[in-house]
Amino acid sequence: MRFVDEFRDADAARALAARIAARCEPGRRYKFMEVCGGHTHTIYKHGIEDYLPEAVTLVHGPGCPVCVIPMGRVDDAVHIARQPDVIMTSFGDMMRVPGGAATFLDAKAQGADIRMVYSPLDALKIARENPDRRVVFMAIGFETTAPSTAVTVLRAAEEGIDNFSVFCNHVLIIPAVKAILDSPDLRLDGFIGPGHVSTIIGCRPYEFIARDYRQPFVVAGFEPLDILHAVDLLLGQLAEGRGEVENQYARVVPWEGNRIAMEVIGTVMRVRPHFEWRGLGFISHSALEMAEEYAAFDAERIFDIPGTRIADPMACQCGEVLKGVLKPWECKVFGTACTPETPIGTCMVSSEGACAAYYNFGRFSRERVREATRA
Amino acid sequence: MTTEKQVLDRIERVRRRRAVVREERITLAHGSGGKATRTLIDAVFLEAFRNPLLAPLEDGATLALDGARAVFTTDAFVVSPLFFPGGDIGDLAVNGTVNDLAVCGARPLYLSAGFILEEGFPVGDLRRIVASMAAAAEAAGVSIVTGDTKVVQRGKADGCYITTAGVGVVERPITPSISAARPGDAVIVSGPIGEHGAAIMLARGELGIEADTVSDTAPLNGLVAELLDALPTQVRTLRDATRGGVATVLNEVAAASGVSVVMDEESVPVQPAVTGMCELLGIDPLYVACEGRLVAVVDGDHAERAVDIMRGHPVGAGAAIIGWVGEDPPGLVLLRTAFGGTRIVDLLVGDPLPRIC
Repeated sequence: MRFVDEFRDADAARALAARIAARCEPGRRYKFMEVCGGHTHTIYKHGIEDYLPEAVTLVHGPGCPVCVIPMGRVDDAVHIARQPDVIMTSFGDMMRVPGGAATFLDAKAQGADIRMVYSPLDALKIARENPDRRVVFMAIGFETTAPSTAVTVLRAAEEGIDNFSVFCNHVLIIPAVKAILDSPDLRLDGFIGPGHVSTIIGCRPYEFIARDYRQPFVVAGFEPLDILHAVDLLLGQLAEGRGEVENQYARVVPWEGNRIAMEVIGTVMRVRPHFEWRGLGFISHSALEMAEEYAAFDAERIFDIPGTRIADPMACQCGEVLKGVLKPWECKVFGTACTPETPIGTCMVSSEGACAAYYNFGRFSRERVREATRA
Repeated sequence: MTTEKQVLDRIERVRRRRAVVREERITLAHGSGGKATRTLIDAVFLEAFRNPLLAPLEDGATLALDGARAVFTTDAFVVSPLFFPGGDIGDLAVNGTVNDLAVCGARPLYLSAGFILEEGFPVGDLRRIVASMAAAAEAAGVSIVTGDTKVVQRGKADGCYITTAGVGVVERPITPSISAARPGDAVIVSGPIGEHGAAIMLARGELGIEADTVSDTAPLNGLVAELLDALPTQVRTLRDATRGGVATVLNEVAAASGVSVVMDEESVPVQPAVTGMCELLGIDPLYVACEGRLVAVVDGDHAERAVDIMRGHPVGAGAAIIGWVGEDPPGLVLLRTAFGGTRIVDLLVGDPLPRIC
């Protein structure tokens, strides 16, 4: 496959790995956070840690859209789904996210009409085909997916489709990264920045990280060589005493981002005063809601939503995992009470969640796996 | 301070615990062929029916019938859509049961067919389905000798569901078994994987992707017979990789045989169109269903021979060695990635693609 295979070349990986190893100062340890869940998935799926020296540790960040949805929001969504004539739609990843009482999958088994879609436009199509039903799209994701939600709302308005609404849970990456940087219990040496989000917002919004926190920040792509390359660039900055925003993913990410997409988001949505994140608590100006002009498409205004607030389960340490303070296996319930079959925390649900990725792909000691797979 | 190793040991203990169904209602995950299905089988069906013939959970039960040995199996088909490139629910229903018999080491002989039809279902469609069942039965050398028909009210079923059961006769002293894999054995697939699942996904038309992928549905009994004739004691395990794909089959082999399986990603045959679709959807072809692909575990010294035999057969032309059986860690499937790393290949909890067969 063109544009994919060349970024998965094992020879190139070996060469990069050698350079990474050579760049590490003897006795120094490096801790880099990959902000995005897509990176976490790539790291485990391809076994990238096998190429990294002991001195380099990758810490998984908060950029898994499903992982940051608080339980109360799931309960609110299930509440909407159970209203008469409602068809609730969302991405497949949402189906197993635990709420306080039920997951979408449970609610569906109990009779709610909940459908998996691949795009918000599919949800709009369902609305068009079912004029006597009320179709709600549970929108999740960072700036990456917000434009497609916004475009869908614009199209619904254009076509005069009045049985479609959005339960908006779009969140913003910058406040989350800032929350991590301000977290007192975390020591990081740099960030692998989210490539997909950056296609929309560009690289400029990260400049405060270099300026105020003196941390290197490399926006990276999602193929395995992209990630090794990002680690190499981070080490290079540290070796030269730099802390800058660098764009490894320039083949896709323009420095200024996608202005049209940002305008579309700005037309349809506005920043919420505050929003609750799973494990991280309330963060100011960290999420989007529907703008006043598009209130007719706002499920939060159409439906009487309980606004459920549920404290994360005591045993669950998703917050610490999302902030990178704990490795997944260091959580008290990891793999025992909390498994992919019976997730307590959201990090165990999505394949982009740090815990699910570690459980499904990385569990077992590296040495034992290496020994077993030796040719 | 707890170490990573202590945590991982504790996890393995938890994984060996008896299965419990926690849900109060059946969800789609229970039909996925992955962990949730396994839990349902262990905690509900096996719990109620427990007997020595069922307990090994092979693809069929081997029965001693007055001196002769027979294999008995059953399978249900709810695929959506009913017609798809490369086949329909009819040939799927015949081939699925034929293949379950074949991989148990039996020569398939007789099938039953049960139909659950929805009020309003076009008779023309039923004729088409039945015609392809007849053709598939002829191709596999089996007869459909008994059946049943039920009709339910409109809306109580989705067009047409079919169940088939089959019996076959065992003519060899040693039969392949899910628990017979040994360290040093080779793992072979008979052709490119995931084509059935990909064809169904495309046929649903929800993705807006166009590709000419067709289902791989095919009878495997001819191929299995040739393999067992040539290597009667060297073939350890045979499975057809249906729901849950090759990854699920190998997890079952690793668990039942108490061995590890190490796969080599680069040697797993996958058509470019299937790879491309999986990339777009973020799914792994290792978990995508096939309906005419054999997974064989064969004595490592005879692996090349087994591949040659398969390649000489029309349904095995794309056969390849994809991995090896090892000792440690028992019960685990590992993958050497094409990128040069390593990872675990675990059972999935649910299937990304419901109603695939």
